[in-house]
Amino acid sequence: MKDLTDDQKERSANLKGMGCSRKRVEDARFTQGKGNYVDDIKLPGMLHGDFVRSPYAHARIKSIDVSKAMALDGVVAVLTAADLAPLSLHWMPTLAGDKQMVLADGKVLFQGQEVAFVVAKNRFIAADAVELVEVDYEELPVIVDPFEALQSDVVLREDIADKKEGAHGPRKHHNHIFTWEVGQEAETNDVISNADVVATETVYYHRTHPCPLETCGSVASMDKVNGKLTVWGTFQAPHVVRTVASLLSGIEEHNIRVISPDIGGGFGNKVGVYPGYVCSIVASIVTGVPVKWIEDRMENLMSTSFARDYWMTGKIAATKEGKITGLHCHVTADHGAFDACADPTKFPAGFMNICTGSYDIPTAYLAVDGVYTNKAPGGVAYRCSFRVTEAVYFIERMIEVLAIELNMDAAELRRINFIKKEQFPYQSALGWEYDSGDYHTAWDKALKAVDYEGLRKEQADRIEAFKRGETRSLMGIGLSFFTEIVGAGPVKNCDILGMGMFDSCEIRIHPTGSAIARLGTISQGQGHATTFAQILASEIGLPADSITIEEGDTDTAPYGLGTYGSRSTPVAGAATAMAGRKIRAKAQMIAAYLLEVHDNDVEWDIDRFVVKGAPERFKTMKEIAYAAYNQAIPGVEPGLEAVSYYDPPNMTYPFGAYVCVMDIDVDTGVQTIRKFYALDDCGTRINPMIIEGQVHGGLTEALAVALGQEIAYDKMGNVKTGTFMDFFLPTAWEVPNYITDHTVTPSPHHPIGAKGVGESPHVGGVPCFSNAVNDAFRAFGLRHTHMPHDHWRIWQTANKLGLHG
Amino acid sequence: MSNKMHINLTVNGEAHEFLAEPRELLIYTLRERLNITGPHIGCETSHCGACTVTLNGKSVKACTMFIAQANGADVTTIEGIGSPDNLHVLQKSFREHHGLQCGYCTPGMITRASKLLEENPNPTEEEVRFGMAGNMCRCTGYQNIVKSILAAASEMNAAKEAAE
Ligand code: FES
Ligand code: FES
Repeated sequence: MKDLTDDQKERSANLKGMGCSRKRVEDARFTQGKGNYVDDIKLPGMLHGDFVRSPYAHARIKSIDVSKAMALDGVVAVLTAADLAPLSLHWMPTLAGDKQMVLADGKVLFQGQEVAFVVAKNRFIAADAVELVEVDYEELPVIVDPFEALQSDVVLREDIADKKEGAHGPRKHHNHIFTWEVGQEAETNDVISNADVVATETVYYHRTHPCPLETCGSVASMDKVNGKLTVWGTFQAPHVVRTVASLLSGIEEHNIRVISPDIGGGFGNKVGVYPGYVCSIVASIVTGVPVKWIEDRMENLMSTSFARDYWMTGKIAATKEGKITGLHCHVTADHGAFDACADPTKFPAGFMNICTGSYDIPTAYLAVDGVYTNKAPGGVAYRCSFRVTEAVYFIERMIEVLAIELNMDAAELRRINFIKKEQFPYQSALGWEYDSGDYHTAWDKALKAVDYEGLRKEQADRIEAFKRGETRSLMGIGLSFFTEIVGAGPVKNCDILGMGMFDSCEIRIHPTGSAIARLGTISQGQGHATTFAQILASEIGLPADSITIEEGDTDTAPYGLGTYGSRSTPVAGAATAMAGRKIRAKAQMIAAYLLEVHDNDVEWDIDRFVVKGAPERFKTMKEIAYAAYNQAIPGVEPGLEAVSYYDPPNMTYPFGAYVCVMDIDVDTGVQTIRKFYALDDCGTRINPMIIEGQVHGGLTEALAVALGQEIAYDKMGNVKTGTFMDFFLPTAWEVPNYITDHTVTPSPHHPIGAKGVGESPHVGGVPCFSNAVNDAFRAFGLRHTHMPHDHWRIWQTANKLGLHG
Repeated sequence: MSNKMHINLTVNGEAHEFLAEPRELLIYTLRERLNITGPHIGCETSHCGACTVTLNGKSVKACTMFIAQANGADVTTIEGIGSPDNLHVLQKSFREHHGLQCGYCTPGMITRASKLLEENPNPTEEEVRFGMAGNMCRCTGYQNIVKSILAAASEMNAAKEAAE
């Protein structure tokens, strides 16, 4: 590429396009308290809905008496399954091909399940009325353990008890949902039985919850005069909600308008369709006035979308020298009462088959068994692409266990097994085609940055000092190298409820040279209004400050599958670039006409078309925009607009190398993070400031999950972690400063080479924190201990290893 | 016959007078009665700080205070901290240092931080982290929030020095 002249540099800087840390346009309203979140919406005559929820994890409902609640002044309606049944809305389909109760139909299957929906004049009256609804329950045996569920005679899902076939093939037992197999079973078993070394371990990734600061909610408004239904809500995928609402309600899709206003964080929690949304819609249809439903925090943690709960058993085979030859993985996946995973249809365990990680593993086999238990339904991707955090945690723990088995350094073991730069595009044993990567360079850069050898030496000294009784503190060095798989996805194999997972962008250039672009995605803090304008500025040569980005209103935005799984930049970002290129192609014709030369005689120069060889003759995009609306150009339609629907040819594969240095007080179990270094490669970088912010946030959510955050149940199916008293959310006090770094390996198939970043730090962070804890005790014989590594569990580990004297 | 109480409340300099059930929570008074929706609700159990306001000169979590307890009080919310033409240094600083993402925690964060800097105009990083520990953020990992507050502190101090 030619060096830019000073004039070009200045023009380029004025655009605030890709690569600069443009300040966010969203911030003005948020810093002044002028955001517009769903609970801020207030409509004339609006009523409030609230749920009666089950106190039991498994019980038959003998009767529901709503008379006392209905008698309370200010109560307008109380809905039960019996009221929804005539409309066939007492059950609804889940995104995973199962169905789920909207309101309890005959029995309840988890604590916190929705039993009745009270609609009242305000939320205080609604809460009072919830207390007055009398439900007579008969308790049934509770199963919270997925292994027990597969043995038990107790039938959880009576509605499908004798169905031998589910949405994903045969069912082996009345509490079994599916078996999903990928890879070569016989070959893998063969490799394992003939290997020099085999490491075996069971790794449990505990149940947790995405827990955005804003809970889920909706406001539904049925306008009976015009036959139009408008629904505002915390939707990460508003178009999908519109389609589902239409299919369920029978209202034609053009008469439904779904709006995602500002969203207070999503992290996967707001992908699913929840009973609250459905009930607010039904209640508005029944009462003819707007109905608001906002869940409280306890309801959020108990009912809408948990994440993980994967029991993963692995066998990893290698030569004596440490070259991995095969990987076997079996997962028992606890989906709770209904299979309400939010995965692409053909992937009942998401992209768990990315579990060969960043390594060149020639033979592999994965089997996942989904199981019903008396726990909340779901299985969403919490700040990761579908089940990728589980996969990466699994392989990054298996690598560490193998290193122990081989008595090798875990950094070296990774290095000799990385997929090499020249092997890309790389075909993995479990079916993916990795687009690009340079793992060795990233790894070496990371290890050098933290002085890895120095750290190991310090650790060895510490162990000696500990043995001599001079310190009670141990040091853990956590390593992780991850490959994400994001940007779902190619329509040929990725769909949600039959909708292909493309995304879209529509651009209108205004006559005076500003523009609006609308997308099928929706920001929940990622800063789309800032970054998508940067992509466009670079593509169409108008300043980012002159481009409005709008998302989330299905009446105006083109159809898209929404924002989750780091898909916005890989898919909608690509659509944005492609739509921008269509604009530019038309602009070229207009410029050539104005300059009275042939189309091919002009060339693009940052913000203008110039006549080749005569740079003083040019038309800027601003001039071209004006001409598009005021000149009659032969053969060219007036106006300057474009739309692009982008079907990605492949996923993108961001990667990264993380190192965590942790000190652990053996007597209290307290862990202190001394250093955390994160190198991310997300391909082309659109806004470094925003990338860095995403990394900080993702790492902190990883810290939470690895070091304490969990949705725990007792044997009776009671949720033990239903408030922020018990559910760990780190504060500023518990969180370190992170060191961020990067390499850049563009995606070869993406129009601007970007891969997506929002979820990488979570995916790579969880194993890194966990590996640090495990590593601290490696010298004392620990192979593996389960997360979350809170102080109590770390203390127990130290105690079991006999370190308390 | 009602059990309503006669309440006087000053919010962002404006006096309000109304009848309310004593159990009405201050956050709902602000958000639903007075349409001041800057303060948010994240937990209703005093943990997250999304609802933070300044009440009679102290940082208070509005989700767990009955309106009966707030009778006669002087309340400042994010809406009273700065105006579009006259932003508070913290409001600029949070934008400058990318101290927010989804924005849901931001009104509470800035309201709390403004009080913190009044109480301690020259805090260390550790003091900021401790002083902000009652406000949770799920998006930013706090690093840039801390940076925004420290930067605002030095800017406010520099301005004070220049004025002296
Ligand atoms: S809503 Fe008040 S502290 Fe969370
Ligand atoms: S910016 Fe989203 S919770 Fe803080």
